[in-house]
Amino acid sequence: MKMVVAIIKPFKLDEVREALSTIGVQGITVTEVKGFGRQKGHTELYRGAEYVVDFLPKVKLEAAVKSDMLDQVLEAIVKAANTGKIGDGKIFVSDLEQVIRIRTGESGADAL
Amino acid sequence: MRKLFLFFAMMTVLFGLSMPVYADDAAPAAAVTAAAEPAAPAAAPAPVPNKGDTAWMLVATLLVIMMSIPGLALFYGGLVRSKNMLSVLMQVFTIFALITVLWVIYGYSLAFTQGNAFIGGFDRLFLNGIFDPATGSVANAATFSKGVYIPEFVFVAFQATFAAITVALIVGAFAERMKFSAVLLFAALWFTFAYLPMAHMVWFWPGPDAFTDADAGAAAVAASGWLFQKGALDFAGGTVVHINAGVAGLVGAYLIGKRIGYGKEPMTPHSLTMTMIGASLLWVGWFGFNAGSALEAGGTAALAFMNTLSATAAAVLTWTLAEWVLKGKPSMLGAASGAVAGLVAITPACGWVGVGGGLVIGGLAGVVCFWGVTGLKKLLGVDDALDVFGIHAIGGILGALLTGVFNTWSMGGTGIIDYVNNTIVDTTISSQLWIQTQAVLTAVIWSGVVAFICYKVIDLTIGLRVPEEAEREGLDTTTHGERAYSM
Repeated sequence: MKMVVAIIKPFKLDEVREALSTIGVQGITVTEVKGFGRQKGHTELYRGAEYVVDFLPKVKLEAAVKSDMLDQVLEAIVKAANTGKIGDGKIFVSDLEQVIRIRTGESGADAL
Repeated sequence: MRKLFLFFAMMTVLFGLSMPVYADDAAPAAAVTAAAEPAAPAAAPAPVPNKGDTAWMLVATLLVIMMSIPGLALFYGGLVRSKNMLSVLMQVFTIFALITVLWVIYGYSLAFTQGNAFIGGFDRLFLNGIFDPATGSVANAATFSKGVYIPEFVFVAFQATFAAITVALIVGAFAERMKFSAVLLFAALWFTFAYLPMAHMVWFWPGPDAFTDADAGAAAVAASGWLFQKGALDFAGGTVVHINAGVAGLVGAYLIGKRIGYGKEPMTPHSLTMTMIGASLLWVGWFGFNAGSALEAGGTAALAFMNTLSATAAAVLTWTLAEWVLKGKPSMLGAASGAVAGLVAITPACGWVGVGGGLVIGGLAGVVCFWGVTGLKKLLGVDDALDVFGIHAIGGILGALLTGVFNTWSMGGTGIIDYVNNTIVDTTISSQLWIQTQAVLTAVIWSGVVAFICYKVIDLTIGLRVPEEAEREGLDTTTHGERAYSM
């Protein structure tokens, strides 16, 4: 099992969710986050007072998937979240040791 | 222990000032129109106010209340960081209540009864003599037309809302760092020693009925406030309200000092949506403020209404354009600030200038106040947090001076009323501009000096500023024990 964490542009969330549903991902968790990468921040101006905003709003989505689905999942996210412009985000993949469905107590791949 | 002391101090202020009332209760009641009464036939029945005028003035009063709460409170609240949202709302809310009570106890009397040229008398302490329980009748207050009156309670309430919003305006300058107790104490002191004298100087007169002939007219003028005698034109409060509050704000921001992290940490507005709602409520409420200052529902009110609409619209456009050209982007905060700047500048002028003059005043206000909150603010180097000086004092000064320019007939203005001969006469720009300048200088100096002393007295007694830790954490939790948003 693999844990896929993707940081994407907020307005791409719906497309990514749809793409993941289409290939059979059963569930994802989404968080509104802030951060910076190569895109850097922007400046905001309030009555002439200028502020550099370093952290931009992004969406972090987490999906636990079976190992054999990984390539499909990565491809779906990359395709749906891509705009070709700087700041599209990143995907982090790591091994997942254990999953447990709280309601039934199922564990491992059955719980995904 | 300190809190207890504070409580007693405030009670002493409240009751100390109200004590002499009982001694004065027996004094003969003199209405605002008192000076006119000896000349009127003794047997004539009391005139009945027009119901249309009365109804309009009741509505106008409500509109001005809406300007303060929630209008001004939300306008300011949206501009501070979320950790200080409630402190701003609370300051505006309680100042509104405090000033209203003080107005009833002694404020109205000191502002709007006959005394000397600088301050009124004590005839109306506790609104004494307005309501006659024996006959169930309410005294009349003069308007700007002979033989036209409104119930005096309506005038008292209308003017109470002016006093309250003026003091509440100052809050923006020292937002996010002043002690709540100091805010309240300052409000009471400044109201007493700056607002009441200015209102009396600019607005008190014995009413039009006193001008029966040249001699009576001269006597009536001599009994009026100092700036009224000079012929200063301030229709709805450019000097009394805006310059007055703006200067007090600047002095306060200077004496209290900058917010921790000012210029280093971001201090961005936490909700410009709230600010936009607040600015819109201010604009709508301002029709009561300006058109209501005619004290009647008639042509002058309509002119003031029209100017409040069009001059403000012009200011929104010029501020937005200036910001777009000079800073790159047209912002919502800019448009909302432009509206307030236009409203401030047209306030002294709205019943005295034509619509063309109003458009020019509004248009200029948008640009000049934009400079007030950017270029001038940098020059002053004072952390006037929500730009009370840059918008209210600068806009007020601009409006007060331009009233002297656009009042003359050749500029499309109304001229002024000669109550002795019952005609309208023209003004000349040069002499009226000089009179307006004197009114502006009086407001700036009077308010500045009084505010300075008030802040110093508070600083030396209970202190002006919250502890550093409280300021960092935010005034909402540390002063008021609650949060605006629970997420």
